[in-house]
Amino acid sequence: MNNEITGAEIVLKSLAEQGVEVVFGYPGGAVLPIYDTLFKQNSIKHVLVRQEGGAIHAAEGYARSTGKTGVVLVTSGPGATNVVTGLTDAMMDSVPIVCITGQVPQHLIGSDAFQECDTTGITRPCTKHNYLVKDVNKLSSVFHEAFTIAQNGRPGPVLIDIPKDIQFASGTYEEKNKIIIPSHRLFEPSPDFEKNKIEEAVELISKAKKPIFYIGGGCINSGPKASILVREFINMVGSPVTMTLMGLGVVGSSDKNSLGMLGMHGMYEANMAMHECDVMINIGARFDDRVTGRLDAFSPNSKKIHIDIDESNINKTINVDVPIIGDVKQVVEKMISIWKDKKYKIDTDSLNLWWDKINKWKEIDCLSYNNEGKQIKPQYAVQRLYELTKNTKTFVTTEVGQHQMWAAQFYKFEEPNRWLTSGGLGTMGYGFPAAIGAQVGHPDALVVDIAGDASILMNIQEMSTAVQYRLPVKIFILNNEYMGMVRQWQELLHGGRYSESYTDSLPDFVKLAESYKAVGLRAKTTDELDDVITEMIETKNTVIADIWVTKEENCFPMIQSGSAHNEMMLSKDQKQDKKSAEKGKILV
Amino acid sequence: MNKSVYASPDQVSETKRHILTVLVDNEPGVLARVIGMFSGRGYNIDSLNVAEVSNDENISRITIVTHGTSEVVSQIEKQLLRIVPVHSVTNLDQEDSSVEAEVALVYIYISDTNKKKVYQLCDLYRARKIENENNTTIFEIAGASERVNRFIKEINEITKVEIVRSGPVAISSINKNEEE
Repeated sequence: MNNEITGAEIVLKSLAEQGVEVVFGYPGGAVLPIYDTLFKQNSIKHVLVRQEGGAIHAAEGYARSTGKTGVVLVTSGPGATNVVTGLTDAMMDSVPIVCITGQVPQHLIGSDAFQECDTTGITRPCTKHNYLVKDVNKLSSVFHEAFTIAQNGRPGPVLIDIPKDIQFASGTYEEKNKIIIPSHRLFEPSPDFEKNKIEEAVELISKAKKPIFYIGGGCINSGPKASILVREFINMVGSPVTMTLMGLGVVGSSDKNSLGMLGMHGMYEANMAMHECDVMINIGARFDDRVTGRLDAFSPNSKKIHIDIDESNINKTINVDVPIIGDVKQVVEKMISIWKDKKYKIDTDSLNLWWDKINKWKEIDCLSYNNEGKQIKPQYAVQRLYELTKNTKTFVTTEVGQHQMWAAQFYKFEEPNRWLTSGGLGTMGYGFPAAIGAQVGHPDALVVDIAGDASILMNIQEMSTAVQYRLPVKIFILNNEYMGMVRQWQELLHGGRYSESYTDSLPDFVKLAESYKAVGLRAKTTDELDDVITEMIETKNTVIADIWVTKEENCFPMIQSGSAHNEMMLSKDQKQDKKSAEKGKILV
Repeated sequence: MNKSVYASPDQVSETKRHILTVLVDNEPGVLARVIGMFSGRGYNIDSLNVAEVSNDENISRITIVTHGTSEVVSQIEKQLLRIVPVHSVTNLDQEDSSVEAEVALVYIYISDTNKKKVYQLCDLYRARKIENENNTTIFEIAGASERVNRFIKEINEITKVEIVRSGPVAISSINKNEEE
């Protein structure tokens, strides 16, 4: 037939029809036909990473900063197994990803062929859905369904495994609008969904004396409009609001209602308010263990409203009173109209008393730290970075550990989609490739990876990628020569025995940058810090800024594992009682 | 409620046996998705049964017997519904009326001394002898699991046996004509 094209051409055509502009990938034997087709076209750009793990985190960074679906292309066997961490990360943090893997030709499947692995088997628990395509004529419909599933409902990663013979085979292409996806495969709420529950929730809020909004990453996944609506509704209610690590930016840090982040290293006032509130409105968060602390002491006296698009999050760890299954934007839109229609208003006197109480907690000044001496405190480094970048369009990514928490505490986010961090899985090595992806999506913006000296080495090979594509990503290393969070836990829970958490033989990060033809900068003392940050921002090249910070600084405040929201540690002098410390030790 | 160490200790509901019937698209890997969810999240499968039920629509019915508190089983149902090819999940224990049955094939070691007793017992339980080329005594018994259990217990007291069981399948017995 005349209108038949090869499987590899179907792949590229499907991507083009889905509006894909960029693919992050790494070639290999089982994807050569796709790479050959890629070579012959100009509409889709390919970013060559240095390890497949970098490709998928870059796609995550691209997806979360742009709101589009990130696309990854890797080969069979090790190519596929190297993306498993990133797929799991995207699954945990609900990032829309389509990952294309090559597979050995069908007649070799099951024969332990070179670079063969059971990709769909390995990735089944870490994808929203996956496919092994055995019929070239189904390839385009699989692609269109995959993109829909990745974005629909709670977003997530979808993997398509394509045997090499399918890439060579000829078949027909079907357009997106000709594909009908059966409704059971998608999340499609009816127009009248959850009407009674939403009314009940709004009425409950109107009667609250001590309300608090608890905002999560679901608000960001629901699109920029959702954040605007959430802010509007919170303003109408006049309620305090706290955000999870994934939700930072939904409500601006400078917003008068914002109490900042909650949870293990969250703000004292936010956690206390969660503990003492009478109505909790959870929008797009999932009662993660980093947020709740000890479950049997979690917000004991509140009625809980939980808005989530994923029904399995309802009553998973915390029982709620009013569950609402739906998309944040649609639900909050309805809440606002009900609030207006019924002319609801919270009792001002009790709300004022509630705010008085919260303002008392704020006076504790839980983020305060001792900033004496010439040595740079990590908190101070983040504060200075914020002050010197706040007037620029800036995206901040992080790795995982102390620096991540200091970034969350001290960098002030005013908008959604500007903060990219690995929350659920806690993947060290996420931040730098994610910054590459964010920079690809926003070539003119400032993209800074706030990193630790240990985390950055997990994907340092991507320096080569950043330099190749002239991506002026800034790596801001808070260098304390320790795996800081591991060291902190060892100090607090394991008698200060720093087992394997000190990194000997770190590279000279300045020379390392230079060896990649990037720019390396270093600040050793407080009076060098601002100059280094300014030079870093002004340099039109990839930069590593090696910031030497005090080595044994701890990240506070902290709810130790096994403790409750009202048992926050503000400094290390304030020891947890021994019994709950022992109980908490077995937790992660 | 999951069973993590963070779980609150105030679980009140008791652990019960539940039969879940799951309608799925009959596509490769769908069974692995379902059972992988159980093992990955630490839930129990007491028995499992899969068969295609409709040729035209390519739909299979998976019957899973599990046990857990009502909180755990409700979480299992919700986790199953997240799986893309899953159409529906029904907890048959929550519907008032359902019928369940399973099949067991029993190879019975028979001798002159126990022959009479064996045949009496099989008669009592309406176990059917299956004719086969080797002329061995294989009986088939179908019915509710407790009935099969009782039969197996009693026949075991008489002689040595080998048993294979299908695990239960179940269907709602609500009169669907009235609903229409």
